Amino acid sequence: MLIEENTLFEQSVSGRIGYSLPEADVAVNAELPQKLRRKKMAELPELSEADVVRHFVRLSTYNYNKDAGFYPLGSCTMKYNPKVADSAVQIEGFKNSHPYQPAETVHGNLELMQNFEKYLAELSGMDAVTLQPAAGAHGELTGMMVIRAYHSANGNPRKKVIIPDSAHGTNPASTALCGYSVVEVKSNEEGLLTPEAVAKVLDDDVAAIMITNPNTLGIFEYHIKEIADMVHAKGGLVYMDGANLNALMGVSRPGDFGIDVMHFNLHKTFATPHGGGGPGSGPVGVKKALEPFLPGHSKSIGQVKAFYGNFAVIVRGYAYIREMGPDGLKRATELAVLNATYIKERLSKHYHLPYTRPSLHECVFSDKFQNENDIKTLDIAKRLMDYGMHPPTIYFPLIVHGSIMIEPTETENKAACDEFCDIMIKIAEECKTTPDVVHNAPTKTFRRRLDEAKAVKDPRLTVARTCCECSES
Amino acid sequence: MRYLPHTESEINEMLKVVGAKSIDGLFASIPPGLRFAGSLKLPKAMSEPELMKHLNGLAAKNKTNAISFLGAGAYRHLVPAAVGTIVSRSEFITPYTPYQPEISQGTLQTVFEYQTMIARIFEMDVANASHYDGATSTAEAALLALKVTKRKKILVADSVHPEYKNTIHTIISPSGYEMVEVKHDERGLVNRSHLNDLCNNEAAGLIVGYPNFFGAIDELQDMADVIHKAGGLFITSTPEPMSLGLIEAPGILGVDIVAAEGQAFGCGVNFGGPYLGIFAVKDKYLRQMPGRIVGETVDTQGKRGYVLTFATREQHIRREKATSNICSNEALCATTACVYLALLGKEGLKKLAELNFAKTEYAKEKIKTHGLKIKFTGATFNEFVVELNHNASEVIAKLSKENIFAGVDLGRWYPELKNCLLVCVTEENSKEEIDKLVSKLC
Repeated sequence: MLIEENTLFEQSVSGRIGYSLPEADVAVNAELPQKLRRKKMAELPELSEADVVRHFVRLSTYNYNKDAGFYPLGSCTMKYNPKVADSAVQIEGFKNSHPYQPAETVHGNLELMQNFEKYLAELSGMDAVTLQPAAGAHGELTGMMVIRAYHSANGNPRKKVIIPDSAHGTNPASTALCGYSVVEVKSNEEGLLTPEAVAKVLDDDVAAIMITNPNTLGIFEYHIKEIADMVHAKGGLVYMDGANLNALMGVSRPGDFGIDVMHFNLHKTFATPHGGGGPGSGPVGVKKALEPFLPGHSKSIGQVKAFYGNFAVIVRGYAYIREMGPDGLKRATELAVLNATYIKERLSKHYHLPYTRPSLHECVFSDKFQNENDIKTLDIAKRLMDYGMHPPTIYFPLIVHGSIMIEPTETENKAACDEFCDIMIKIAEECKTTPDVVHNAPTKTFRRRLDEAKAVKDPRLTVARTCCECSES
Repeated sequence: MRYLPHTESEINEMLKVVGAKSIDGLFASIPPGLRFAGSLKLPKAMSEPELMKHLNGLAAKNKTNAISFLGAGAYRHLVPAAVGTIVSRSEFITPYTPYQPEISQGTLQTVFEYQTMIARIFEMDVANASHYDGATSTAEAALLALKVTKRKKILVADSVHPEYKNTIHTIISPSGYEMVEVKHDERGLVNRSHLNDLCNNEAAGLIVGYPNFFGAIDELQDMADVIHKAGGLFITSTPEPMSLGLIEAPGILGVDIVAAEGQAFGCGVNFGGPYLGIFAVKDKYLRQMPGRIVGETVDTQGKRGYVLTFATREQHIRREKATSNICSNEALCATTACVYLALLGKEGLKKLAELNFAKTEYAKEKIKTHGLKIKFTGATFNEFVVELNHNASEVIAKLSKENIFAGVDLGRWYPELKNCLLVCVTEENSKEEIDKLVSKLC
């Protein structure tokens, strides 16, 4: 049962209160000068505590979430979020510690962070790590700035960064923010980056190549070491987007295959929850030569945000690594790859697989077969909701037309993978027999398909003020 | 391992389906030379009781029972229990970004309501769904001004939070932009004659703290006029938004972009993160605004619903031409702020701000009567600067031993203010605590 719910503002009743504040225990004789005072109070809603709690509990029921079921968003690594980490961040000593406390009163935090940096370095084969970046894209930006600072210190920041056509959109955006131009390089018919393709665009102006490995098709870049050696020979550096690190833990280390700088997504690989879009945490690891340029080091690029980083997210990531241990982490990677490979195998007769080379933690299909019945990826995604599943990532990577990118993660059991496959196969069948059902999906969700064009054409970005609010002085 | 559900027999069945002899065979696409042959040198796995014991042990090495007057961008405020109850729900914590609106209306409506609250508190037209923190939202505001005006320089008051200034510098420098600092005066406010000297047609904009790092509240309208006349944008950077319950909204005073830290709205101090980057603009700059935005629309049956909108500004569509590289933001912190502000409501925000102001004025008065100087003469909200007779760092160290966190040493960023202590008083500080601090300082 889902209950319709108006906005907080529409429910507001003048004079109702939901706060409980202590009485002032000091005499007030000073007043803020009139010219600085607010003339009209902010029009926040007026509600009781029960109104507020009921409102948000109702809204929460409209959300699909990882704790409710399968969430195979490719590239997002939606693994189960351990509940022990929820307890960890509630520990008084962590939660109430202030970033400007004297250092000797926060030894626990500092020890945790130092050790966590070491764990990430060991896992990736890098030499030093900063925990300051708040998200993956923020880590990319930090990493690229470190690269720029390194080249600048050597006398020439250089001009270009090579990025494969399969990259996440954040890669070119982060690169541009660092003042570099982007040179796109195409992957081959196997979905791989080749030394030949890189050689064509590689010159002395190249500051770095930015690679995701395994790439966004889930395929391990077979020539990664050779490509890294070529770039190094020209004085360039190799950046790795660590979004897909869940495929590599204990199996292969970026620092061993030629990577100089990379970021980690704690909200992917290290099981911290996504919070409906954040907070994440995007630590950056580097090789020795780049260490001086990290935030807080001798030739630092400067800080990239206030304070130390998203500390509470770091505590969760730390708890995850400590509970899993080295063998558990490796096993997580192995089972993530097993699940993805299994789903790929089961669906490959029913959906078009544009790249057949073995992949690791995720697999990418297209809607080519279903196009024959005028069904598109979006329709398939929406139909999955009617069966109680979150859709995979869709229309990414851009190199696959109508892509369907599936990443089950290791925390899903065989039955869940089978159920997903059964439903996908059933939908493939529906595309042939009852395509209208797929076109009209979803019908069992709280809302049907939403008009995104209207949202742009007729922008409503805040709750409209009511007439009585407008006239109020 | 409790997070790995596969039994041996399931693994074997699955391997059979995929045609692999062993799990190791699944990794055949990695060149053998690039396989990691060793074993990871990480501490061995822990059970939940062992882990919690270990974590509690680490946390016990921190001191969090002191009487605290720390603020400076991380504010101690009481958080109603209801906030924790709502925000700890799996439905809010464990979803991804709401890319599929039909099954994400909870997050989307919450963010829409959050955007509305922020717009109303700051009297701006539109707010985005959040940035990482106050430092990065201020840096993004600087970038927006630099891009819109196509100018190379941004003016930043030296009284903007030092860590925000540092972040602005880091973020804008690689693109060849320059940050020029505007000095403060004896009131702790922007030095108007220095501002007039610097404000010319090379300035993309002016960023001032509101209240600033010294806790001081500046008048904005005259500065808005000066920078607008020079063709630049006017930006405020607010580390403590609780002040907006009392001080005039920047949107009314000529501000084009508001950047703020929303941590004070229920997020807790958490050793500096995760916090909440607030970002709001006037309509004119909507299409240049970075970050996600939620908009209202209807579904195929005409029912009201919400979606992520204006995506053509964003990195996943525009790639290197995007307004920002931001992807993940701080949605759960925005949710927290939304719940917190809903509970506080119109009246509560004002009352709480007044309480903070009153306690702070009490502390200032008391310090003055005990013979110490309040360094700046400008009006303040819940923070102020005390000039001590010794290095602030020494006093802080001494009082820390007596279980008092007296404040923040300004000498860390302003060498000429090495005797100055930044003190923050909130509703969490009782009269007794304030009296104790004063007696120890004087």
